[in-house]
Amino acid sequence: MGEENKVMLHGNWSSPFVKIVHLALTLKGVPFEYVEEDLENKSPQLLKFNPVHKKVPVLVHNGKPIVESLIITEYIDETWKNSPQFLPEDPYKRAKVRFWSNFVQQQLFGSIFTIIKTEGEAQEKAIKEVSEKLQLLEEELKEFFPDGSCSIDSENVGLLDLVFCSLFGPQKVEEEVLGLKILDPGKTPLLCSRVTAINQLSLVKELTPPRDKLVAFLKFIRENALKSASG
Amino acid sequence: MSEEVKVFGFWCSPFSRRVELALKLKGVQYEYIEEDVFKNKSPLLLKYNPVHKKIPVLLHNGKPIAESLVILEYIEETWKANPILPEDPYEKAMVRFWTKFADEKCLPALWKAGWSPENEREKAVDEACECLKTLESALKGKRFFGGETVGLVDIAANFIAFWLRLIQEATGQELLSAEKFPDLFKWTDEFGSCSVVKESLPPRDKLLAFFKARVAEAMDAQTNASK
Repeated sequence: MGEENKVMLHGNWSSPFVKIVHLALTLKGVPFEYVEEDLENKSPQLLKFNPVHKKVPVLVHNGKPIVESLIITEYIDETWKNSPQFLPEDPYKRAKVRFWSNFVQQQLFGSIFTIIKTEGEAQEKAIKEVSEKLQLLEEELKEFFPDGSCSIDSENVGLLDLVFCSLFGPQKVEEEVLGLKILDPGKTPLLCSRVTAINQLSLVKELTPPRDKLVAFLKFIRENALKSASG
Repeated sequence: MSEEVKVFGFWCSPFSRRVELALKLKGVQYEYIEEDVFKNKSPLLLKYNPVHKKIPVLLHNGKPIAESLVILEYIEETWKANPILPEDPYEKAMVRFWTKFADEKCLPALWKAGWSPENEREKAVDEACECLKTLESALKGKRFFGGETVGLVDIAANFIAFWLRLIQEATGQELLSAEKFPDLFKWTDEFGSCSVVKESLPPRDKLLAFFKARVAEAMDAQTNASK
């Protein structure tokens, strides 16, 4: 692969934001080089490519950097026009996808993180918030999939699916770490079956980190957060 | 075919004014519906934006869209006159980046700096100035963020061009000055002097009075708290 059209992704295995982009490139079949960043020791390249936020993911295409996971994914969709198309053609449907992708990333992600990092009353409050937000999502999915079917293949993965996949892994890791379920098929059946279906795609499976690694990582985050809260 | 376009907004909200500005730029006729957001949101608003229950909401032929930046992209894709986004995917990504920065970082930092209590003020002002400096770097000597014409970043940064100046007048604080941010300050004049922008701004005196009332409220609260 020559310098022209060279694609690089600076990321970190634990970041759900990186996962969205990593999945997007893989599903589109775009050849790229992956650079794992140590978030405690960011490379000079990363700081040069993302001077404003200094974060991953950063996509570098033809030497030009693009940052922010949803912005990068739209860029990927507009640059490589083969399927899957992550955003629909129709402007109204696109608006809905953007609205819900932002909602999941900005609101849901924050609340789930709070559940991981707190206990007692603070955690209970976050659990309630997440539950309410998941219900809203479930209601919306009923409109996206009116016949209740949630089948998916690597040709029809959408942006919202990528965002779900980044947050909800297949191994129910949070159950082991927190002793509680975040996604409950009894309460949000459509969402659960969609998430399960995406996580079963072979390309997605290949990009899922080993369960032990994820469990250890989440435990580490939780223990650190609880320690600093009480210290 | 008649097209029905409605905007649910609030007179002093920069967010609903963004939507109105984009529609006016593109010559789209619309009906404006004022919502009493503090005391009495209409059942229609709650029906059209059940998730956030906020303005603005754009209603196009009966279909509702919420969140001002999502609405702006919808407007761009639906009405093709006077584009506010470039064609090139990389340039588009850059515009989206700066739009998000203005909206998610600058606005909250500026708002916080304007209203923060005495003891937190210095830190809040420093952070707000950092944001302004970073945003200014995106101008690169151009007339507008969008180049020769108003674009998405300009629209998203509307708060800085108008609301901020009035907050500064009401609070006596100066965040955006010509000395500290010459390019950005110049931009506020360029932006503010566009006729289509002027048409989509709240009445100056009314907004200033609104901010002055907030300052008085905040001072009362502080005095009462220290009694």
